[in-house]
This record gives sequence, C-alpha cells and structure tokens, in this order.
Amino acid sequence: MAKVIGAVVVDSEVCKGCNLCVVSCPTQTLGLNRDVNSKGYHYSYMENPENCIGCSNCSSVCPDSCIAVYRVKVE
Amino acid sequence: MAEIAERLKNIIRPENLIYGKSPLLNEVTMHYCPGCSHGVVHKIIAEVIDDMGIQDSTIGVSPVGCAVFAYNYIDIDWSEAAHGRAPAVATGIKRISPEKTVFTYQGDGDLAAIGTAETMHAVNRGENIVMIFINNAIYGMTGGQMAPTTLLGQVTSTTPYGRNVDLNGYPLKITELIAQLPGAAYVTRQSVHTPAAVRKARKAIRKAFELSQKNIGTCFVEVVSTCNSGWKLTPVESNDWMVKHMFPLFPLGDLKDGGKDATEPFNIQG
Repeated sequence: MAKVIGAVVVDSEVCKGCNLCVVSCPTQTLGLNRDVNSKGYHYSYMENPENCIGCSNCSSVCPDSCIAVYRVKVE
Repeated sequence: MAEIAERLKNIIRPENLIYGKSPLLNEVTMHYCPGCSHGVVHKIIAEVIDDMGIQDSTIGVSPVGCAVFAYNYIDIDWSEAAHGRAPAVATGIKRISPEKTVFTYQGDGDLAAIGTAETMHAVNRGENIVMIFINNAIYGMTGGQMAPTTLLGQVTSTTPYGRNVDLNGYPLKITELIAQLPGAAYVTRQSVHTPAAVRKARKAIRKAFELSQKNIGTCFVEVVSTCNSGWKLTPVESNDWMVKHMFPLFPLGDLKDGGKDATEPFNIQG
C-alpha cells in the first residue's frame, strides 16, 4: 500500500500563534515554538516532522493562511 | 537530525505543494486578532473566487467593523460602505453592472443592528447579490459591547452581569428572519471552527456565488464565528464556547434553498 508522507512550512513571521492548527492536527505533528517571532508570538512549527501525513487540516483552519502543505506518495 | 532534514528537503518541493496561500490573498499580514474567524472566511472567499475564475468580475462591499479593511486583503475590486449600508451599495453596483458578481461582507453589528433595514429590504427586493454575514455575538472592533445577537446571559462590556431579557431583549436570529422573505434564494448557516466545517462553508459560499450569477435572488451565508478577544478566551477555548453555547441558538444548516418565491404578479384585474 502506498504510504503518504507530508510536511508543512509555516511562515513564522505571519503566524500569530493562535494554536488552532495544533489542535486540528490529527497526528500531533505541530506545536508552538518556545521561540517567538518579531511580533512576540510563539509561532507554530513541526514538532514531530516524521508524523506529518499532509492532510492540510492545519492549513484549512489557519486564519492567517501562513501554512503551506506538501505531500508525496512513497511506495 | 540530518536524516529528517534530508527527508523534508525531498518533500518540500513546488511540485508537491497541495495547499497553500491563495494567490488572491495579498502579501500583507491581516490585522485581526490571533485565531479570528474573519481570516478563515477571507481565505475561503479568495479560494472560491480563484476557483471560479471570476477575479476580474467580482466586486466586494466591505462593512464597518473589524472587516473594514477587507479590501486590503483580497485582490479584487472593492467598495467601502457606510455603517450597515453595504446591501444598499451592493444593490446599486449590481443594478449598474448586472454582469458582475457582487457580494457584501458584514458582521453582526453592521448587518443585524444598524443595517437591519437595508439588509431586510435588499433581500426582500430579491437583489441578486451574495451577503456574507459573520456572526460572533459581540461588537468586536469597539471593545466587546453587546450586539443584537449576543446570547442571553452572555457577559460583555455593556452587560457585565450577562444579557438580561427584561433589560436587553432577546438575541436576534436574523438569518431565520431572512429565510422568511420571498426574495431570498439561498439562506444557510455555516461555521469555520474545524477543518470539516471549513470545507462545508467553502462549499456553501461557492454555491452562493454560483447561484448569484444565475440572478435568482439574494444568497445569504451566515458564518457563526468566534471573537476570542471580545469573549476573553483563547482561540481554542472560544471555539469550544461557540460549539457549546452558540450552536444551540444558531444551529448550522440550510434554511432556504431553491430560488426566490413565485414571481407571478397577483391578478388585480379580477
């Protein structure tokens, strides 16, 4: 069965750290970074990058459209 | 670590991109509070307009309220209306340019309070516009005062002991009122708190835009939204609060579908 792996890229300067992507992630890939961006928000990042399945749930609930989702199929 | 970095490098390539920022959204950071539903609805509208390929023929009318700067964020033609008068402005635009797709984007203070008359009459005339109504049960921009849609018992800065029926009256269910009007073609209530709800809302907004091009009456999409700054909750808590308290009063789903009512005039000749 083909397995799907994914990755997300968060625009850390646009992210406002609202946490909505983190709670919508079904595989606990995302988390809020301990570091802050230039506006002082704890931006979202891939805490466990190996978990990502590229479902784009995080991106669809992101109010600031700062998440790009990539997905590939591996045999 | 090196393995993971290598793996990510192979995944993150332009050809593998499946979902990103809509090309219609401008490269500016929105002024909304973190977690605000406005951003999601802006994104959905941009995606729908982009998918339908109507960027050049769509005109939006932005309200007074938090969404007053909507024209900065979506790369289409916009007009700014006086407080509550977006349906009247949209009526004028649509009547002059019937080939354009015209929509208004309004909050509950704009559409359900100061602009109730314009809203009701525009729908009652069956104007061929789309109205997008963001209902967050509070005045967000001015600091969290009571709105007509504020729930009974809800604490706001002007109802510090909760909304009281004797003093403040009942919450206004304006979408139910609009669904009664003969000029409404499609009336629906959606939300954007989960990925599934976002997909449904996108479908509903797309349907509304498609129906408005057929000129069969007013399409009205209410989006039950959060205002975490006004509600004094975190974004995640306010989604839970909305599900628990707002959905019983504002249940999601279609209220009217299938075009405006019969257009045959009454036979007054006898």
